[in-house]
Amino acid sequence: MLHGSVIIFTSFAYLGLLFAIAYYADRRADAGTSVIASPYVYSLSLAVYATAWTFYGSVGRAASDGVGFLPIYVGPTLMIALWWIVMRKILRISKQNRITSLADFVASRYGKSAALAGLVTVIAVIGILPYISLQLKAVSASFSILVQYPEVVAPTPADALSMREDTALWVALILAAFTIVFGTRHLDAAEHHPGMVAAIAFESLVKLLAFLAVGVFVTFGIYNGFGDLFARAAADPKLKAMMTPLEGVAGGYATWVWLTILSMMAIMFLPRQFQVTVIENVDEKHLSKAIWLFPLYMLAINVFVLPIAFGGLLRFPGGAVDADTFVLTLPMAEKQEWLALLVFIGGLSAATGMVIVETIALSTMVCNDLVMPVLLRLRRLRLNSRADLTGLLLGIRRGAIVLILLLGYAYFKLAGEAYALVSIGLISFAAVAQFAPVVLGGIFWKGGTRRGALWGLSAGFAVWVYTLLLPAFARSEWLPIGLLEQGPFGVALLRPQALFGLAGLDQITHAMIWSMIANIGAYVGMSLASSPSAEEHRQASLFVDVFRPAGEVGGARFWRGIASVPDLHNLLTRFLGLRAADEAFREYAAARGRRWPEEALDADAELVHYVEVQLAGAIGAASARVMVASVAEEEALTLEEVREIVDEASQLVVYSHRLEQKSRELEKATAELRAANERLQELDRLKDDFVSTVSHELRTPLTSIRAFTQILFDDPEVELEQRKKFLGIITKETERLTRLINQVLDLSKIESDRAEWQSTRVDLREVIADTVAGMSQVFQERGVQVSVKLAERAPPIVADVDRIIQVLLNLLSNAAKFCEPAKGRIEVALSQQGGMLRVDVRDNGPGVAPAYHDVIFDKFRQAGDTLTAKPHGSGLGLHISRQIVEHYGGRMWVESAPGGGACFSFTLPADAAAASRAA
Amino acid sequence: MSESKGPRLAALCMLGMLLFNFPVLALFNVPQTLFGVPLLYAYLFIAWAGLIGLMALAAESG
Repeated sequence: MLHGSVIIFTSFAYLGLLFAIAYYADRRADAGTSVIASPYVYSLSLAVYATAWTFYGSVGRAASDGVGFLPIYVGPTLMIALWWIVMRKILRISKQNRITSLADFVASRYGKSAALAGLVTVIAVIGILPYISLQLKAVSASFSILVQYPEVVAPTPADALSMREDTALWVALILAAFTIVFGTRHLDAAEHHPGMVAAIAFESLVKLLAFLAVGVFVTFGIYNGFGDLFARAAADPKLKAMMTPLEGVAGGYATWVWLTILSMMAIMFLPRQFQVTVIENVDEKHLSKAIWLFPLYMLAINVFVLPIAFGGLLRFPGGAVDADTFVLTLPMAEKQEWLALLVFIGGLSAATGMVIVETIALSTMVCNDLVMPVLLRLRRLRLNSRADLTGLLLGIRRGAIVLILLLGYAYFKLAGEAYALVSIGLISFAAVAQFAPVVLGGIFWKGGTRRGALWGLSAGFAVWVYTLLLPAFARSEWLPIGLLEQGPFGVALLRPQALFGLAGLDQITHAMIWSMIANIGAYVGMSLASSPSAEEHRQASLFVDVFRPAGEVGGARFWRGIASVPDLHNLLTRFLGLRAADEAFREYAAARGRRWPEEALDADAELVHYVEVQLAGAIGAASARVMVASVAEEEALTLEEVREIVDEASQLVVYSHRLEQKSRELEKATAELRAANERLQELDRLKDDFVSTVSHELRTPLTSIRAFTQILFDDPEVELEQRKKFLGIITKETERLTRLINQVLDLSKIESDRAEWQSTRVDLREVIADTVAGMSQVFQERGVQVSVKLAERAPPIVADVDRIIQVLLNLLSNAAKFCEPAKGRIEVALSQQGGMLRVDVRDNGPGVAPAYHDVIFDKFRQAGDTLTAKPHGSGLGLHISRQIVEHYGGRMWVESAPGGGACFSFTLPADAAAASRAA
Repeated sequence: MSESKGPRLAALCMLGMLLFNFPVLALFNVPQTLFGVPLLYAYLFIAWAGLIGLMALAAESG
């Protein structure tokens, strides 16, 4: 027999244990060896997500539609996979700006707007009330059921109870007292509650163990494992239908998808989740473990939901017992009183954990973002000159906690009985989902403005009130039910649960669709339509670019003005107390290698910013802004100046890009220089070769001239015949020498572009005929026959006639030189090819091997081995000829096979004007 | 490496959206059992556990 007093005693003993844990953890944190500095404790504290709703309500939902409860846990799993990108950014932003709550975060992002902070607070409080009432309902209902042990009787409706028997009210008051003791014992500038976190983590363990215990008991105690349980359930056609539930449920997959999306947002934006995930986080690195440990926790606490639901449905057929209570009533029906008591404690853990964190988070918001801004503006209260405001702050928070819990109780009285646990919870989920666009938009999109945020939140919240809150009141007969059935003033199109005729969806899906359209539409639309103020612009860049290195300099860059150190110290003292203020100043000084108060501090922008951030930790960013402005004479920055500062940061990025580009260009230039250097070295080598070759070529004739003159000088007896021969050789060698020197000079002129070109119109036919005639003597001497085949008509060319003759002479004398005497035949031909005139000089000499076809046009290169064969000329003739032809835009080449004679050809462009006249 | 940690986890989020959505869910929404457990229930929990396993690998690497 479980007497009420036993249950109450156990409950208080449990709460006492929690308090002891919190006390111990606070002590350890003060000593610097915090127990919560562990990723495991952090992950467990996140499990405050699993409330009494999970503990009792999941089974209730599972008993009506099978897997319908799962999206509420699968959604967060998917969202957490994105945490490394999203939550890490929110964490970093919150650390840098000393964010104390969700309202503070939103307000701070949109230019520290007090109006926005207030709006977020109002939405959060109203939105969360149903959720808090749900916890009260769960605790009071489970108490009423357990106290009837061993009978399983449905609890009496709450409004039929007297005040003394109204457990929900007592639960609310006790939890309020407990939360006050827990969360507002002292004021912490960073809003850290290590004791609370440790207690929450412990509660998460208790509720998991209690739930697993029931699950194991039902599955393996009452039945013989999963297979047995599901086989028996499958025998009942109604239960069998729940095993393939998805198309059966209203909306089917649409409901599933929207519930998933809804809970993805809830895991980020429920005030208590924001509190434990962001505000209470002590180390960003804990995320790595939490990313998989927390989903694992949710998996574990859900494994036995379906077995318990089916077990309950089999045990209590016909709906005699509310499915929301199966977790408790199953052990009771099986006479397991200690297990039933454990379940009650587990449910109590789930409920208290949620209520404590949620009300602390909400009371911080109410105090910092709703009450303080108003009080600070009321000059009559003279708060600005009050010495110590810490007591006032704590008082406001305590009042807020009591108020929130009483409001939750009021909602429970009004609407709580009309809904199952899950439906109540989802109404709150839909409310906090309204924060998603402004927060996510705010950290990734600089374009979001204060007006956009205000409009988006207001529009989304208004739709939420209309489509979810009003129907809840109407159902509880607080408003006329006709509002739902016929619509306001009988306008069917405006029915709250089928807005604009969108019917056939469940109410949550319906509300989510309309509220998100209104919210995102207004947020984006108004943001684009309005332009941000300087403050908004700078906050936007601080938030969005939080990971950029320059961002770490923080907000100090944005401040300019005059302040005094004592003023700032006084300000901090008023809100944090003397000890905390001194500590803050000492830390500030120590970080800059100074001792305070022994050494004076400069009241510069950095100190002012530091004080503002410290203050923001206690009273929120918007109020802190106002307070600092009251002691510091501040020069307001214009939008232009803020843009400049923000741009400085962007400039850095641009510079580094440019630097990279410069270094790439430099590399390219270096490569070019290296190539140029190689070419120069090559040219230098060529020049050396040239000089040595020329010297060599000059020495050969000189040597022979010197040898013969020596002979003639030494020996006067030389015969006349001999003497003539020697002198002939000397004359020939001298001529060769002259020719060589002329050619070298010629070449250097041509190559350095200093040659004089006296271009006139030249008839090539005439030039060829004259040149061949001029050389007839040479041909006759060598016995070479020459035939000339000229085109009948050829257009003139424009060129220096002497140069052209030089080319022809060179080719003809080469041909004559290489022809065998007496058998030699030379053919000279002139033809026209398009706009070019072509001259061929063909001989029947030994020809040129293909390997030399290019080389022979180089300086001093001749076909064959110059070392062994006697050179027939300077080795410059062909080179110069080619230079001349190319100078006039023509081409020179040779076609030959060894033994088959050679054909040297060149082309020259015809005079264009003359050519067109001729045509 | 933390550089690729975010994208890897985001890819797992995408995978989860695929696994826990129509039409994949519809494939398992049939009256059959796996070791006595209705197929849809078994699928949901196995896929969920698998996803958490992959998230653990991705989150703890680097």
